Amino acid sequence: MHEPQTLVPATETKMTARDVKVFYGEKQAIKGVSIDVDMDNVTAFIGPSGCGKSTFLRTLNRMNDTVASARVEGTITLDGEDIYAPSMDVVQLRARVGMVFQKPNPFPKSIYENIAYGPRIHGLAHGKADLDVIVEKSLRRAGLWDEVKDRLHDSGTALSGGQQQRLCIGRAIAVEPEVILMDEPCSALDPIATAKIEELIHELRGRYAIVIVTHNMQQAARVSQRTAFFHLGELVEYGVTSDIFTNPRQERTKDYITGRYG
Amino acid sequence: MAEHTIKAFDEEIDKLRGLIAEMGGRAEAAIENAMLALQRQDKSLAAQVVADDKRIDAIEAEVEKLVIQVIALRAPMANDLRDVIAALKIVGVVERIGDYAKNIAKRVPLIAANQRTLEPVSLLPSMGQVAAEMVHDALNAFAARDADLALAVIERDTVVDDFYNSVFRTLVTFMVENPKTISECAHLLFVAKNIERIGDHATNVAEMVYYAATGQTLPERERGGTQPLED
Repeated sequence: MHEPQTLVPATETKMTARDVKVFYGEKQAIKGVSIDVDMDNVTAFIGPSGCGKSTFLRTLNRMNDTVASARVEGTITLDGEDIYAPSMDVVQLRARVGMVFQKPNPFPKSIYENIAYGPRIHGLAHGKADLDVIVEKSLRRAGLWDEVKDRLHDSGTALSGGQQQRLCIGRAIAVEPEVILMDEPCSALDPIATAKIEELIHELRGRYAIVIVTHNMQQAARVSQRTAFFHLGELVEYGVTSDIFTNPRQERTKDYITGRYG
Repeated sequence: MAEHTIKAFDEEIDKLRGLIAEMGGRAEAAIENAMLALQRQDKSLAAQVVADDKRIDAIEAEVEKLVIQVIALRAPMANDLRDVIAALKIVGVVERIGDYAKNIAKRVPLIAANQRTLEPVSLLPSMGQVAAEMVHDALNAFAARDADLALAVIERDTVVDDFYNSVFRTLVTFMVENPKTISECAHLLFVAKNIERIGDHATNVAEMVYYAATGQTLPERERGGTQPLED
């Protein structure tokens, strides 16, 4: 495992975005963003409300496809492959690029079923024994196994908020994704549950490319090695997290992170 | 610079800067008064310098407390973070500068006990003046976030070192010729050394100011007071 705050030279660029523009009808939400996401470092997106960070995150696994008025221009690749190409299977893409949302949203099923559902429909498991292995492995990686191993058949929704969120991360992990997108994963959690998720992010780093959108700048500083600051649909600055928080290059970044924005 | 959305944060930063300005002013006065006391062999002024050092120490403690409070409650970032860390480091250094001035003042009665006037004393006030100005400018540079002024302070350290080398040689020569003055000259040698150290400390402050203002550390060759008597 990597030391939490050290940037590792990127050995493998997982996703690249080039001149990405997103429109909602006439309104342009993203104005030409280019960024690389690698396997070895957690990337954080920060910026004020409405800056486009969540919109941009959602382009990375084509979540914006579900918004009728949304239109995406530019190029986004996963392992060099254009994810907006007509040949791309979106369901497959979303298994490879998993997502965890702001509010924990477990299925109204058992803990076991929450994890088993994805591998089953994606044909990753052959029989119950296989599935049992995947459920345990995923829950262990999500840091939840010890807390739930004796009640796997209780409802997922009966867990605490923090446990539900780790269950959702486990659910994303179960289908063996390559990238995990997290959209404010801790905003509904208390500080202890937040710390557990942050610790989990550290443990998952290197195994998956992780991109996290957060309103909490301290969280970005704690969990990421690269930080991207968005403002009014532009990527203002993208750099090493420790540089962004001690010596940002752009005036707008500085004003935002020092609490002088607006 | 734009104001913070949270006004109490600005008030705390202002208070911090005010305390450091006061501390710098007091350290500068301590150097000047210590040198004046030495020149005039004024024991009561020297005693005053020693007594006034308590306020410098008190400000250091106050700044430390405030910096810890700001870090804990405001989680400062970027230039704010560099400013409060620089403030914390600067007060530690200025406190030392105050101690050097106090040390000079404490030697005044010992030197004054001997009524002989010494030629090297004539160089010391000018040397002290340069060091006091360096302290003054380094702290002004902090107040104004002026990286150029900080650089100018750093460059001036060699002037103090040259003075030191000159005073050192003069005193050694004098001691060789007048062995009875050795005790007195030894004190003056310490005075000169104290001023030389003040120059180095002012240089350190200027380096911190440069970092706080620009986010860049100076390259090593420009850093740290040049050491006298090493060439």
